[in-house]
Amino acid sequence: MEELRGHQPLGGDAGTAPEDEGGTSGNPYAGLVSRLRAAWLSGRTRPLEYRLAQLEALGRFLEEKKQDILEALDLDMRKPPFEAEFSEVLLCKNELNTTLNNLSCWMKDEQVDKNLATQLDTAFIRRDPYGVVLIIAPCNYPIYLLLVPLIGAIAAGNCVVIRPSETTKNSKRLAVEVLPRYLDKDCIAVVTAGVQETTRLLENKFDYIFFTGSPSVGRIVMTAAAKHLTPVTLELGGKNPCYVSDTCDVQNVARRVAWGRFFNAGQTCIAPDYILCSVEMKDKLVPALREAITTFYGPNPQESPDFARIVGDKQFRRVRALLCSGRVAIGGQTDEKERYIAPTVLVDVQPSDPAMQEEIFGPILLIITVASVEEAIDFINSHERPLVVYVFSSDNKVVNQVLEKTSSGSFCSNDTLMQVTLTSLPFGGIGSSGLGKYHGRFTFDTFTHHRGCLQRGTGLEPINTLRYPPYGPHKTGLVRAATTVKRQGECALL
Amino acid sequence: MERMQQVVGRARAAFSSGRCRSLEFRLQQLKNLERMVQEKEKEILAALQSDLHKSGHNAYSHEILGVLVELALVMEKLPSWAAPQPVKKNLLTMRDEAYIYPEPLGVVLVIGAWNYPFTLIVQPLIGAIAAGNAVVVKPSEVSEHTSQLIADILPQYLDQELYPVVTGGVPETTELLTQRFDHILYTGNTAVGKIVMAAAAKHLTPVTLELGGKSPCYIDKDCDLAVACRRITWGKYMNCGQTCIAPDYILCEPSIQSQVVENIKATLQEFYGEDVKKSPDYERIVNKRHFRRIVSLLEGQKIAHGGETDEASCFIAPTILTDVSAESKVMEEEIFGPVLPIVSVKGVNEAIEFINSREKPLALYVFSNDKKLIKRVISETSSGGMTANDVLMHSTVRDLPFGGVGNSGMGAYHGKHSFETFSHRRACLIKDLKMEGMNKLRYPPGSQKKLDWAKFFILKRFDKVRLGLIFLALLGVVAAVMIKVMFP
Repeated sequence: MEELRGHQPLGGDAGTAPEDEGGTSGNPYAGLVSRLRAAWLSGRTRPLEYRLAQLEALGRFLEEKKQDILEALDLDMRKPPFEAEFSEVLLCKNELNTTLNNLSCWMKDEQVDKNLATQLDTAFIRRDPYGVVLIIAPCNYPIYLLLVPLIGAIAAGNCVVIRPSETTKNSKRLAVEVLPRYLDKDCIAVVTAGVQETTRLLENKFDYIFFTGSPSVGRIVMTAAAKHLTPVTLELGGKNPCYVSDTCDVQNVARRVAWGRFFNAGQTCIAPDYILCSVEMKDKLVPALREAITTFYGPNPQESPDFARIVGDKQFRRVRALLCSGRVAIGGQTDEKERYIAPTVLVDVQPSDPAMQEEIFGPILLIITVASVEEAIDFINSHERPLVVYVFSSDNKVVNQVLEKTSSGSFCSNDTLMQVTLTSLPFGGIGSSGLGKYHGRFTFDTFTHHRGCLQRGTGLEPINTLRYPPYGPHKTGLVRAATTVKRQGECALL
Repeated sequence: MERMQQVVGRARAAFSSGRCRSLEFRLQQLKNLERMVQEKEKEILAALQSDLHKSGHNAYSHEILGVLVELALVMEKLPSWAAPQPVKKNLLTMRDEAYIYPEPLGVVLVIGAWNYPFTLIVQPLIGAIAAGNAVVVKPSEVSEHTSQLIADILPQYLDQELYPVVTGGVPETTELLTQRFDHILYTGNTAVGKIVMAAAAKHLTPVTLELGGKSPCYIDKDCDLAVACRRITWGKYMNCGQTCIAPDYILCEPSIQSQVVENIKATLQEFYGEDVKKSPDYERIVNKRHFRRIVSLLEGQKIAHGGETDEASCFIAPTILTDVSAESKVMEEEIFGPVLPIVSVKGVNEAIEFINSREKPLALYVFSNDKKLIKRVISETSSGGMTANDVLMHSTVRDLPFGGVGNSGMGAYHGKHSFETFSHRRACLIKDLKMEGMNKLRYPPGSQKKLDWAKFFILKRFDKVRLGLIFLALLGVVAAVMIKVMFP
């Protein structure tokens, strides 16, 4: 009951950095959150025009600062300009334009079917903003994974606190110093917070929390959210299996898998993590992968401008330690100074090897041999449910078999990563790979409360007599008769 | 308590066997459930009478009827709900199949409440079965007769391994919550809601929490007061006020307060007669603990009507309080009893401010002839759901999501929303291995030219012109040829 008092803004503070505001609770972010809540209560973020204006400003940020974004990503992780523009700018613009094109339609009340008792009434679902929402972004796609949720949160009419990743310092600087120049600072705030500070940030009450990151931190976020009954979306990760059947065009498979695995030096939550295939297929796949890697990055990938680096020292050491699993078939070279790990393929990997204990999140592709598609399915099902299951096969029956017998956030056959280019598909995990979904309209729906509304008139009161006491046996009988539910086209009151 | 581990383990093994996935199986179980409700109606009504002094009519119309309606709807619509849903594609995926495939989550847990002990277990159960899950059912121990009945009859009609019933109190529920589920739907109070969510967080289990709060009811000066008060009386005192979406308190201008009281008094007379205690249509408070809790809310209040209590039978008469202060105890917690405070406000502005200064409620009610005023109240407040010019009725419209927001809960169910709550909507992109030439666009080495082509195929433009699909496809073919030529 201690929350019943409501959310009064703390007196007087304006425009100071979060660390300077003590607030009555001693929490360094309490003042900021209060300010945003006051802005929310003013109702400013609700009109369509306001939301469109903020979104269009975001579009201008992406346009005008594109070079700065590409440079920041280059400095942070040597992200190749093509990858950076494709994944962080182009796909972001896609989401933005989808939203701009459809927002007024999404905001409309959704009329629903009524029953006989409410036939003359208006019944609709109203999409209400939640209020003050928090978005926590990770380091692998520091712009895309910050802005795509932000687009939905703004579109939904909320006030937003965004926390960019601390690891990618140049991208963070862009988010903290440049982005706010485009947006309404009173309603959209950018905070900086490392691990300790994020814990303090999470002590505040938010009306929704959107988190992208690892399952272990996801648990911490959800536990903190539980204290305030804050709903959450958690975009986590896992080991995405990739089954390659014997009936397929090996060259094409190798290219598509290599592209998906080594894009952003493997630091993609939906990258294929490990391959399951027969021994025969493995023997064909390895040379095909070698050829694909050479075509993409040349004989020495370290010199290719199209191959990224690991995002931080700690992450580099973690991924490097996984190289001792199985046997190196391709690559395996590392350079700590550059945080470079070569596009690598490991074979003869055992389920107990280090590389099979955690999501790789690096440019290492494992190949594990299985005797049949059934064995592959069992293998997949004996692990935590991943974000994606991939299947490569020219045989539709095999594709369907894997689809039906496994469970994952999403599913893609005969390619990798491409499902995210479709804003009409929901993007999210299941089990330890996450809960909730977004992209396109789903982001808007994530950040809105779907409120069931019924508008009646006060006329026709006699109809209600059936529901009022006193209930004699005759009234009960009447209710039963009038509302007996029949099927197959017969009439029912409810 | 290995018992919980065994029960959940068996349910998981049963789910993994795959037998509850086929539509035929799900429909068969739902038909069995329907038979159970029809064949065991007498026993269900008797249990509800024992637990809550609920009359046959009330028990039937408030608990059984809703379940039968839900079953009929779900059985009719399930094939269409469970079918894959194709989605709009872009130029690049034109040749592919893209759809959303609803799949079961796995093993879900449904925890019921005691105020509508039958329907609050069976309604979620219907949705969970329909979505293809195994379901562990935990009815509330407070409504012990209904809980025991459910434990007895459910296994007689449904697959015993897939849909086990677990009975018990706090220790058993706590133990149950340490197990891993793929979704938990909990109906109850805010405090326990937090405990459920914290337990779920350990396993990253999504939750639907149907909680409560103080549902406000604003009566505008400009409305048919007699009808409004009639409807409010019906919704407030139904089940002796123990309804999560009952109008908790009234907000109105002081000038109409006495009229409101008189109208409610007259309606109460009409509904329950001279001696409410003798009316078979008036329920009782579920137990002594809640009885004492509600009685304590009356201390220091101006009782305009009612106020009689009898602890032995847990009877509290329909009561109205007037000139209630916003800071008093009765305005602090959800009343969940037949006590109706009237708080004075100067008009709709103050009412909206009052509502917004408190936690978001599960339901919100406004009575007015002025459509613009109603529109304002809806737009300037937030609540789980709402009804204008009546109470409770939004929960009967199957296609409206039923759930809370903020402290009143998260997630929703009823009808299709139940199916979606208990399903995972898996995004599927089915491609083939042809057209590899097109992929050269995205493979390294990168170039500006490649980027420009990528933009052409993927980027949605912000404009109002929608190009026809056929035209786009033609464009795509032309582009594909050009790319083959440009990037050999």
